[in-house]
Amino acid sequence: MTDTATVTVTAPAGADPPRRPRRRWRVRGRRDRALLVMTLPALVLLGVFGYAPMLGLVMAFQDYDLYDGLLHSPWVGLANFQQLFTDPGFWHAFWSTLMLFSVQLVLFFPVPIALAILLDSLLSRRLRSVIQAVVTLPHFFSFVLVVTIFNEVFGGAGVLDTFLRSHGIASPFDFMTNPGTFRFLVSSQLIWKEAGWSMIVYLAALAAISPALHEAAAVDGAGYWRRLRYITLPGLTGITVLLLILNLGYALTFGFEQMLIQLPAVGSGAAQVITTFSFENGIVAGNYSYGAAAGLFLGITSVVLILGANKIAHLFGEDGLYRK
Amino acid sequence: MTTIRPAWQERPRPATQGTKTGALTVILLVILFPLYTIVVTSFSTQASINQAGGMVIWPHGLSVAAYTDVASGGVVGRALLISLGITAVGTCFSMIITILAAYGMSRSGSFGHRTILWIMMITMFFNGGIIPLFLVVSALGGYDQYWALIAPSAVSVFNVIVMRSFFAGTAQDLIDSARIDGAGDWRILWKIVLPTSRAVTAVIALFYAVGYWNSWFNIMLFMPSDSSKWPLQMVLYDYLTQNSQMVSAAAGFQGAAPTLALQMAVVTITIIPVLIVYPFVQKHFTKGVLLGAVKG
Repeated sequence: MTDTATVTVTAPAGADPPRRPRRRWRVRGRRDRALLVMTLPALVLLGVFGYAPMLGLVMAFQDYDLYDGLLHSPWVGLANFQQLFTDPGFWHAFWSTLMLFSVQLVLFFPVPIALAILLDSLLSRRLRSVIQAVVTLPHFFSFVLVVTIFNEVFGGAGVLDTFLRSHGIASPFDFMTNPGTFRFLVSSQLIWKEAGWSMIVYLAALAAISPALHEAAAVDGAGYWRRLRYITLPGLTGITVLLLILNLGYALTFGFEQMLIQLPAVGSGAAQVITTFSFENGIVAGNYSYGAAAGLFLGITSVVLILGANKIAHLFGEDGLYRK
Repeated sequence: MTTIRPAWQERPRPATQGTKTGALTVILLVILFPLYTIVVTSFSTQASINQAGGMVIWPHGLSVAAYTDVASGGVVGRALLISLGITAVGTCFSMIITILAAYGMSRSGSFGHRTILWIMMITMFFNGGIIPLFLVVSALGGYDQYWALIAPSAVSVFNVIVMRSFFAGTAQDLIDSARIDGAGDWRILWKIVLPTSRAVTAVIALFYAVGYWNSWFNIMLFMPSDSSKWPLQMVLYDYLTQNSQMVSAAAGFQGAAPTLALQMAVVTITIIPVLIVYPFVQKHFTKGVLLGAVKG
């Protein structure tokens, strides 16, 4: 969920003044033929694997059958959605999603900020870059790998368990399979994997704070904590608000792989989120239309959330994912 | 290289300094210790594992048996080759398409580039979801095929946009003069734009490569049952969830290496390529993260 947060893309509209003279579109089309041809492979791929599946979403209004295909499957109107919204499994997944998201957000969000402030206070540049290299490393691990690593530490035959047993203590509970503590497990995995990566953005924001501000405050007698409170933290407010808002846009779709990987271990009571619900019903159980209905619900709510989050970002005077 | 403490900054009290050192040590340990114990266990002898009762922290006797077992073939060795192959082919494929698309939209005032950009960007906000994608790929005959692990995610629109904004920043004078000398867009891309954008090209290639190396869900979706075709991440997942006779049993080992060492060797092998490219990514990635903020 943090990965996407750092994405700031500017909309193509506006901005650059036309350098090439504008002529009739046919002439311009012929002149820029080479450029248009270059975009073709990407457009074909996005057409086949991006837009065609979007059209395929009409199956959410059908009783899709693999052999009849989209064209001949019977239409059922909103029946799939009726079933979806009366399915306790769906609502369970829905509330799990929101709960896991909130817990992850609350536990994860302050960590990269604290890490950035800590790292920024180091005087030795070499020490800084060593620590930065280490803490960003796990970002490049897959979630399968991260869960495996957690398993080797906290799992049934892991380091912790071995250590406790060798001191004659039976492990009180299994962190890797306990549904009750699953929210803390996924949060700690997220922190382990992504805190260092998210920290980089805050480090850049800290570097942008003028040292003159700190110096003036220090000369006026402000101690470390006062400078932290009145200079450092205000300097981070903008980026913090922006990232917080943008994260909200992914409230329903975050952590799909992470949950799917751990579903067998902790069970669907704790790890089933809407994305995995859609996958399990659609692909695993072969109920394509039902899964697609859940997918369409996700797609629409996500677009609304992302656009809404950007609207809020604009209200705060930030660029958001795209510029106004 | 130590920066000198600014004159206005008070010297930290020993307690503060101690807390800070402690915190940093804990942070480093939390990340490095699990990796350490995994690597050490993968190099351990059976006696050493027995003595530790599981994961090894202090090794008593090292052995490379697990790795020679992997190298002698079986599921893991094959999965490693498959993963390397997919990563290499996929990265080349993605880079070609990304570079072309990025340059194709980077010339300001060119015909239709904004429309095309919008067409691409819409897929960042909305997509059909897993099930229609699965059916499209299946309809194209992609089930259990390697291309299904590459093609659907080959274009990252985000990477295209990042690269486009870099290409757009290439010195217009240079391009204009080349054009006057009669160079077409293909030649300009090849001879001017690419050579002046080595850094961004390298960063994006590395990001694609890490993405292919780490990808797991598309295997789960398109190749869930044919274990003879699995890349490494899926073998790792299988080990994780089956907990797991698979890695040792299916590999057909004659018991040269301890099972646990073998399992940890799989984990280690999954980490190693990331560690190899990491210094190169690291050199650029502050730029990489902030890259997106470059106004295009």
